[in-house]
Amino acid sequence: MREKILTFIEKNSRIDLKELAIILGVDEVSVANELAAMEKERIICGYHTMIDWSKTSDEKVTALIEVRVTPQRGQGFDNIAERIYNYPEVQSVYLISGGFDLMVILEGKTLRQVSQFVSDKLSTMDSVLSTATHFILKKYKEHGTILDGPEKDERMLVTP
Amino acid sequence: MRNPLSDKVVEIQPSGIRKFFDIVSEMKDAISLGVGEPDFDTPWHIRDEGIYTLERGKTFYTSNAGLMELRQEICNYLKRRVNVTYDSKSEVLITVGGSEGIDLAFRAMINPGDEVLIPQPSYVSYLPCAVLADAKPVVINLKAENQFRLTKEELLEHITPKTKLLVLPFPNNPTGAIMEKKDLEEIAQVVIEHDLYVLSDEIYSELSYKEDHVSIASLPGMKERTILINGFSKAYAMTGWRLGYACAPKVIMEQMVKIHQFAIMCAPTNSQYAAVDALKNGDEDVRVMREAYDQRRRYLMHRFKQMGLECFEPYGAFYVFPCIKEFGMTSEEFATRLLNDQKVAVVPGTAFGECGEGFLRISYAYSLDNLKEALGRMEIFIHKLREEKNGKA
Repeated sequence: MREKILTFIEKNSRIDLKELAIILGVDEVSVANELAAMEKERIICGYHTMIDWSKTSDEKVTALIEVRVTPQRGQGFDNIAERIYNYPEVQSVYLISGGFDLMVILEGKTLRQVSQFVSDKLSTMDSVLSTATHFILKKYKEHGTILDGPEKDERMLVTP
Repeated sequence: MRNPLSDKVVEIQPSGIRKFFDIVSEMKDAISLGVGEPDFDTPWHIRDEGIYTLERGKTFYTSNAGLMELRQEICNYLKRRVNVTYDSKSEVLITVGGSEGIDLAFRAMINPGDEVLIPQPSYVSYLPCAVLADAKPVVINLKAENQFRLTKEELLEHITPKTKLLVLPFPNNPTGAIMEKKDLEEIAQVVIEHDLYVLSDEIYSELSYKEDHVSIASLPGMKERTILINGFSKAYAMTGWRLGYACAPKVIMEQMVKIHQFAIMCAPTNSQYAAVDALKNGDEDVRVMREAYDQRRRYLMHRFKQMGLECFEPYGAFYVFPCIKEFGMTSEEFATRLLNDQKVAVVPGTAFGECGEGFLRISYAYSLDNLKEALGRMEIFIHKLREEKNGKA
């Protein structure tokens, strides 16, 4: 049941409990219990809203930053990752296989703000060897949702 | 001038659904629950394969029976899903949609006057195609109290010495009814005893919500009596690709291929390549779509219950078939008034046979949001009707 609940609410967390129960064919109390349990276990970490900020008047700049670091004895990458992710402007931090170590996704109000973070905060950390910053020019798809996809039903109104 | 037309064709009634379509098309901003095709786009990997083969210039005819690779994949699929073994060389034909297979089977098997049993309510093509093949169609009216399944007794009642072929359209459009293994076993027994053949239209086979679909061809002694029709439209959301297939014993298949060869040549090459990819890599897509339909099905049943609308629980396809007899009007009247009053289009049950009178076909090949809006309007309409009725009384 957990998988079914998660698959559904991953795309639509606003559905009310009663409807969710009907749709999944289970009773409301068990859905509520499972949700509560998964929140407690941090399987469900929040109910966020997906926003295409580019359509608002709010300017935002997003950058993907490749970071190469020296892992620390006994700590691996965790310590340095923590020092980075504690900055509120950092949206995501991933440990990555391949040519670099950490992928940092950063959101700022302006290019300058982002560059300043990279040059002042990130590159100056002791274990950071190098960084490469890529600014996002346009978002096509995020979290499995095509941002500009017009939802038009092309089907005829009645078919056999 | 001489009469240019064939009497046989002129006598065939145009599809009732067509008539309703014309009414609906004139209604601007109507929301529809009248569609008989999936709302999903064809999964991208399948479309991508289609594009790729176009780019590679694979745009020639295929052999009459279809790409060998596709026929082999169909055999693998049928073995995997319904446990029937077909020979890809002699028992499988790729057709232009499932509909072509239905037409071919009738034409290959019927001699003038042979009787074809057609359970109704059912898809609109069986009866006219049977007539075009010079069969005598014999309608079996299915009943709501049997959840619109075909029972052994109903079948026996309609068999005469001239009966040759039984059409078995399950999971069913428009009722959503299914035939479970135990139901099929009873039918198979009668079929064998009376030396009949079965045209099993299994186009909705992947959309079964109670248990995995069972093909009558998988029952002992039935493969040699069954023409199995299936296709890609419903399971893989590929309606516009026009691709289906028929599987039949070699002696029937040879004749079906002959007609197909002269009338069609071969199914669209591009669609055939895309379909190979669908069968090889599409199982997960089918599962995801089935789950989405099942969710909507539960939601719809719940709403009907709330509205107090009588409806048996359908376990297949993407239709529900609620009963509207309490309102004392015909299906067509109800559908027309619902359309005019609330701008919701549904299909009158009578479009699928006379015994569909008093029922509506409601499709849930729509997003949940869409269904919610449409059902909300339907609920308002129903309350209005009930108030009218009580006011009169």
